[in-house]
This record gives sequence, structure tokens and C-alpha cells, in this order.
Amino acid sequence: MTASPNEAVEARELTRRFGSFTAVDHITFDVHVGEVFGFLGANGAGKTTAIRILTGLLSPTSGTARVAGHDVYTESEWIKRRIGYMSQKFSLYEDLTVAENIRLYGGIYDLSRDTIRERMASMLERLGLAHAARTQVRALPLGWRQKLAFSVALLHEPSIVFLDEPTSGVDPITRRQFWELIYESAARGTTVFVTTHYMDEAEYCDRISIMVAGRIEALGTPAELKQQFGVATIDELFVRLARPTAGAAG
Amino acid sequence: MSAFAGLLRKEWLHILRDRRTLLVVIFMPILQVVLFGYAIRTDVSAIRLAIVDPSPDASTIELRSRFGATDAFRIVSVLPNAGTLDRLFASGAVQEAVVFDADFANRLARGLPARILIVADASEPNSGSAMESYALGVIQGYERDIAVKGGAVRIIPEARMRFNPTRASSNLFVPGLIAFVLTIISALMTAISLTREKETGTMEILLVSPLRPIQIIVGKVLAYLVIGFVSVLLVVAEARLIFAVPLRGSLLLLLAEGVLFILTSLSLGILISSRTSSQRVAMIGALAGTMLPTILLSGFIFPIESMPWPLRFISNIVPAKWFVLIARGIMLKGVGLEYLWPQTLILFAMTIVLVAAATRSFRVRLA
Repeated sequence: MTASPNEAVEARELTRRFGSFTAVDHITFDVHVGEVFGFLGANGAGKTTAIRILTGLLSPTSGTARVAGHDVYTESEWIKRRIGYMSQKFSLYEDLTVAENIRLYGGIYDLSRDTIRERMASMLERLGLAHAARTQVRALPLGWRQKLAFSVALLHEPSIVFLDEPTSGVDPITRRQFWELIYESAARGTTVFVTTHYMDEAEYCDRISIMVAGRIEALGTPAELKQQFGVATIDELFVRLARPTAGAAG
Repeated sequence: MSAFAGLLRKEWLHILRDRRTLLVVIFMPILQVVLFGYAIRTDVSAIRLAIVDPSPDASTIELRSRFGATDAFRIVSVLPNAGTLDRLFASGAVQEAVVFDADFANRLARGLPARILIVADASEPNSGSAMESYALGVIQGYERDIAVKGGAVRIIPEARMRFNPTRASSNLFVPGLIAFVLTIISALMTAISLTREKETGTMEILLVSPLRPIQIIVGKVLAYLVIGFVSVLLVVAEARLIFAVPLRGSLLLLLAEGVLFILTSLSLGILISSRTSSQRVAMIGALAGTMLPTILLSGFIFPIESMPWPLRFISNIVPAKWFVLIARGIMLKGVGLEYLWPQTLILFAMTIVLVAAATRSFRVRLA
């Protein structure tokens, strides 16, 4: 068990099969501590399966992976305390108030009452939601809910936070604000592992990987990749990788 | 605040905030007792009776007056022959007819077997057989009285209604109703509430948290266990107060068996939710998988003895059947575990299997 790991995530030949279908096919990559890592791929490329393995929701078929220095096979209980997670679907209880949601998640991560109260106050202050503490979450606009869900995922100050398509279905302005939150938390030292469909968001990441049919086909900083593949945008690269025949023609 | 206490609190908030569902859960059992007690009763009274008496005589008149004397019958017509009976039945003016043979009195006086034909409208089979047996009861009473007075000695067939001598159907439906209500609250509500968390994505959040799966499940079902328990108390109390349904055995045993049955239904609910991902599918699954068998195959409304053998066979795997047997034993016969241990054991074994299966299905990480 490494106390302070050099890499937030280390995956080596990580594989997951469902029957004869290989969802994740021998992927190897590192996520550095404190970076914003964009995990890209088309629908069905295996992103969600990979995230589920790294967050301990699914066990791998073969290969190794360490998250925050802990082994996914044997130390999932440790991993769970060190990571935050925001799912594709909206992940707060809509019939509970903002404060009740925060208290619930604080309690789940064994934070003391005092800690919860302090962090809740500063979080609501930061989000400009102090007036809404007693509002049921369902009454908040979608953008606010998503920002709140992100902040709640960071409540227990995890060393790495996994965001599974956090900005799907929100307007461009809210997306930009959301990314400001992501940068803020990265600046405070939290590693951010984020999947997205928006290629403009990929450009905001420190490094990205692109998954195609269970394999990682590209890995590096956005600038490196554009140079390496000779493309102008990540969007172009993504389309070329996802549809190799179209790329070969050019 | 400990993680588990937080979960319990959250579950209560969900239930309390969902006013409509809460109202349904509280009032449905209360309403159902009234419905089943008054509207859907299967005992019949004031049966519209026709009597066909071709040759009136002291003995037939005596019998006629006996029919007229009971609340069960209302004599609507006395006919000299059976010619118009068909029409009366068809129009519904008559529900049952008692037809004396032309030489009825004659043969009776000579000690020969005398014949009476009983015709009942059996378009509704349950009330049909009920009407038939009422009529037989009146005739047998008459036979018995002649025998006592020193008339011809006959073998009188005896069909006593044990445990429910007044044939009050409310006595029979309450144990079944308890099973029904518990199935809805435990299986249906649990399945819906678990799939709701899947649908909204909060389940994943709970699963990636340090909470253990067993804590998530127990936190979820404990609230429904309490509600189920309260419903049993409500139904039993209401049945006693309004319909004076007896509770001859131990209340404690009934409640303990109730908790056992709640656990069975809860694990069924968890199982259903583990196979479904939307609330709608979970609801249909719970309806088809637990409520229909509880209504149709538990002996709650339809007697299992009168089903064809494949259905009788299937009824054995319906947990509600065993609970209904147990609850009837305790409430109506006043027996305890000394008679009910086989049924209890079967229900217990079912619960163990279902809890094991439910827990297994929930350990998603091993999938």
C-alpha cells in the first residue's frame, strides 16, 4: 500500500469480458496526481465499464489497476474512501433538501457533524446557494443541481473524483461554469477523471485518452495528439479514430 | 451522525415526503377491510326462493314454512308445477327453487324415500353452492325433527360448518387480506423504491461509497418492515372492531409469523428490483410475481381444494398460501405452533432461500 502514490490511477492490461464480448480490452494508462484527465470514447466503447472497474462497482477479468495507490482486487474498501463519484444520471435525492443531501453524504463518508456543517457552509457560499439550503433539490434548475452534485462528490475531499458525463444535457454557459469548478478542484490538488461527449471539453483537459472498441487508441496532451495525428482539432481526431475507414482515405 | 442512521433517516424522509403513496399505504388496508367485509362477501342472504308444490299436504306446508322462517330465504312464489321455473330463473326473479315430487307426502307417510329437487342459480358458483347447502340444511333439520318424534329412522348426512359456523366470510378473508396487504407494502413498495434509486442514479453513488451492500439493503427495507407491521395491527384491530372477527390464538404468534412473511415479501421485492431497471417494470413484475399469486393462488378468495392439480401444485410455491394457512389457524382455530410448525417451517425455509438469493443478486461487484 503506497501512502502517497505518484499516480492517481495506474491501469495495466486491464480487461473485462461479458461472456464472449470484451468490453475493456487490455487497456494500460496512468492518471497523474492533480491533473484533469479526459476519458473519451464513443457510446459503447467501454468507458463506463472502465469507470465501473476503477470505482469498484465491477471486478476486472484480468490485468491490474491501482486507484489512489490501492489495488482494485483486494483494497476496494480503501479505494471507496478515497474517491468521489458523480454518475451519468443525476445523483442527488430530489425529494430531499440541499442540506439533507449534504448531511446524508457527509454521514455516509463518516464525517463528523462539525465537519459537515463547516463544509456545507463554505460549499453553499461558494456555489451561491446559501439561500437554497432548505429547498428540495427537485426545485433547483438542472445546472445548479449538477454543480451541487459535483460539490457533494467532493465533500469528503477525495484524492480523485470520477465524473461520468457530468455535463450531458446542460446549456453551454452552465457547462463552462461547471468546468471552472473542475479547474478549481484540480487547483486544490484533486485529480479529476472525466468522461465526456463534447470534444471542446476535451481541449480543456491536461491529458486525454480515446477509447475505441474497448482499446485505448490515443493517449497524451491534446496538443501532442493533434501533432501526432496531424489534425486540427480533437473532434477531427475522434471522428478519424472512431471511423478508421474515413480516416484512411485522407 | 453515523452512516447507517443517516440512511434510515433518509428513507423515512422519502416515505413521508411522498404524501400520496403514504396515504395509499395507510388507507388501502383500512379501506380493503371494509370492502371485503361488506361488498365482496360470499355468504348470501334473502335468497329469492320459488317452491313448486304439486300436491300440498301437511308435511310440505310444514317444510315451506321452515323455508320461510329463516333469514336466508325469501319465498317469492309458490307454484303448482315447474312449467314457469325456467322463465323465472332466466329473468333472475328466482335464485333457487325447491321442487317437491308429486307423491312426496304420500311416500313420506309410508316410510319410503321421498324426493325433493333443489335447483340453484349457479352462474355464480360460490353463491350457488352456498344456496344449495342452506336448502339442504333446512331439509335435514326437518328430517331430524321427524326422527326425534318417532318417525322413520334415517341416516342423516351431517355437514357441519366448523370454525366458521355462521359462515361469515369476513372471518375467512381477514387472514388473506393481511397476506395481500403485506405483499403490496413489502414486495411492491420495496421493488419500486429500489428501482427508483437505480433510475435516478443514486444507487450507484451508494454503491461506490464505503457503505456495505447489506447496510444499503437493510437501511432500505427496515422502514417498510415497520410500515408492514403497523398495517397488520391496523387490519387485525379493524377486523375485530367492525366485524368481530375472532382472534382465538396468540396475537404474539400472529405478529411473529407476520414479520416472517414480511421478510419473505421484502426479499421478493429486492429480487424483483435486481432484475429490473425501471420503476414501471418493477411494478409490473411485483404485480405479476407477487400480488396475482397472492390473490389467486393463496386460498385467500378461491379455495385451493377446488383447483385443478397443476394449480394446486403451483400454489405450494406461493408463500402467501402458507401464511394464509398459518393466519387462519391462529385466528379462527386458535391453534399454536404445535399444529402450525410444518407451515411455519416451510415459510421459514422459503424466506431463507429468498433472502440468500436477494443478497446474492445485490452483490453487484461480483457480477
